[in-house]
Amino acid sequence: MEPSMKVNKPALNSLRWLKKAWFAIQAPLIAIVGGLLIGALIMLITGHNPIDAYSEMLEGAVGGRNSANLVSTINRSAPIIGMGIAASIAFRAGMFNIGGEGQLVLGGVAAALTAVYVPLPPILLVPLALIAAALAGGLYALMAAFFEFKFNVPLLVSTLLLNYPARYFTSYLVTHPFRDVASGMNQTFQVPENIRFALLGENTQLHAGLFITLTIVILAAFIINRTVPGYEVRMTGLNARFSRYGGIRSKKVGYWSMFLSGAVAGTVGAIEILGVIYRYVDGALTLPLYAWTGIMTALLSGSSPFGVLAAGLFFSAVQTGGFGMERKTDVVRELSRVLQAIIIMLVAARASFQFGKQKDTVEDES
Amino acid sequence: MSDILGLFDANLISSILRFVTPILLAALGGLICERAGVFNIALEGMMVTGAFAAVVGSFFTGSPLLGVLLAMFAGMLISLIFAVLAINLKGDMIVLGIATNLMTSGLTVFLLRTIFGVKGAFQDPSLLGLTNIHIPILKDLPFLGPLLSGHNLVVYSALVLVVVVQLFLFRHKLGLRLRGVGEEPEAAATLGVSVNKLRYLAILASGVLCGLAGAQLSLGNVTLFVENMSAGRGWIAVAAVMLGQAHPIGVFGASVLFGLSDTISFRLQGLGLASQFTDMVPYLVTLMSLFAIELQRRRSSLIKAEA
Repeated sequence: MEPSMKVNKPALNSLRWLKKAWFAIQAPLIAIVGGLLIGALIMLITGHNPIDAYSEMLEGAVGGRNSANLVSTINRSAPIIGMGIAASIAFRAGMFNIGGEGQLVLGGVAAALTAVYVPLPPILLVPLALIAAALAGGLYALMAAFFEFKFNVPLLVSTLLLNYPARYFTSYLVTHPFRDVASGMNQTFQVPENIRFALLGENTQLHAGLFITLTIVILAAFIINRTVPGYEVRMTGLNARFSRYGGIRSKKVGYWSMFLSGAVAGTVGAIEILGVIYRYVDGALTLPLYAWTGIMTALLSGSSPFGVLAAGLFFSAVQTGGFGMERKTDVVRELSRVLQAIIIMLVAARASFQFGKQKDTVEDES
Repeated sequence: MSDILGLFDANLISSILRFVTPILLAALGGLICERAGVFNIALEGMMVTGAFAAVVGSFFTGSPLLGVLLAMFAGMLISLIFAVLAINLKGDMIVLGIATNLMTSGLTVFLLRTIFGVKGAFQDPSLLGLTNIHIPILKDLPFLGPLLSGHNLVVYSALVLVVVVQLFLFRHKLGLRLRGVGEEPEAAATLGVSVNKLRYLAILASGVLCGLAGAQLSLGNVTLFVENMSAGRGWIAVAAVMLGQAHPIGVFGASVLFGLSDTISFRLQGLGLASQFTDMVPYLVTLMSLFAIELQRRRSSLIKAEA
């Protein structure tokens, strides 16, 4: 795209790579610093001490005895990264899927019910639960793509609205037909112990499901980098509005990306059930706002899978740190959400300049 | 069937407009933005900010009306941030809308704790809600009485605002320019109309209207603030703008439909249905209506093709 890319001197390549890498992280970094400064300003205005709050946040994110908080941060980052990948896959194809939450809960409940009620040996049951979750999430997302392409129902609005029926439906399932009544809570029975993901050590909450998340990141990077940019490059000059967030909106790419996006979201739900919660608990997947945080990681990283990985760890640290901050100071953990949103706003404001420049160069060339 | 008809008693009728109002006000804001070429999905966030500010204003001044004013002001402040980022810094409006909604949902919880020292919800006997005004003569009529009379000032303002927005857009010079900016920004600019200024105006107006919508939620329908109390109504308002084809009368009709489904969902819970199914109704009706737009469009293009 840039004229300089036509030059092919190997010696310059590594330097250019560094330059490109810096270019990629420069905007998010500036936004993060800006976001923290604005957050400090908000705290000052409302009579809180930002230095106390931020140091407790840092301690809450990575400190604690035996780095217990760092483990929490890593654990929490898995669903965030997973949902970030789910969002990125759709965004890259120009599909603004903001219905990750609905796809996530349907996947979670599908995995939990499969695990509890299907009598199969673990070696078959674990994959089956994961597949059920991926299908539940994937088909639900596919439905929104179908509405968009066949009935012109805008995907942005339909995916958001579809979150609510999914949330209420799963809530119904675990408060009525599949409720573990004796537990006194709105939740399913526990999944059998032999199909839970193994813990990665004696005294840790880290579980084997994290490897599935990592695999998803790598696969997504492969899919996005190998298949989409081809379209992307060709389309950038032709359709600036949609190519801004990625490729083109051919129906086939649209359907597939929505299915994969939803399938990843559903799988994230399954991983949380089999690796962390061990049953479907009403609200357990929605209250931490995994889906929305995932969307923010995709926006912060420009929908690049490894960028999502980094952004997911960062946002997870901000959120886990938020709990520490809430315990030790009078600042509530929801301030983390405010910080994240401000960072995204700053990225959005800055990104426009860069996209603008890119578009100009394309036009200059043609 | 008689059960369904039995739902339409005086109580239901009188609650229709109460549920319609927040959606209608936010949708009017969305409509003005749409007409100015601004895709504003931050309605939800501006609404929840308004709901919170209304409670703050009413609680500390003792006057619900001042609460409403503060709500409008707070909604406008949030819309100002949106406007600066979207217009001056040319940020993507969809991304900014999503971020605004998340920021306000966190900010209101943060301020709830800072100001009232509570989490989740705030309710207090000394918190005053808006008073209902009974209109003489009208209030004694069957059906029309409970439908139109006995509402608060915000509800009546919403109805008046439908007419005001209609007149503004189609009769006033500024409204004409605003539509020009939305339809042909380049042409409008060549004619000396400031595109940015009018888009600012539209976004700020939507902030004020959403603030008002929020005030209706927290001081009209109930008298309390709950975390995320707008519950997707800002998004339903976005859908109402689409269903009403960005036309004030159409948007009014769409808001009545969605508000009615809100009301019915509320009442169905009394029939022993699982609350989860009744809670779904407004969102499903909204989705369904988006199909209806397309089917309608197809039918009219068929008719055109035949002619």
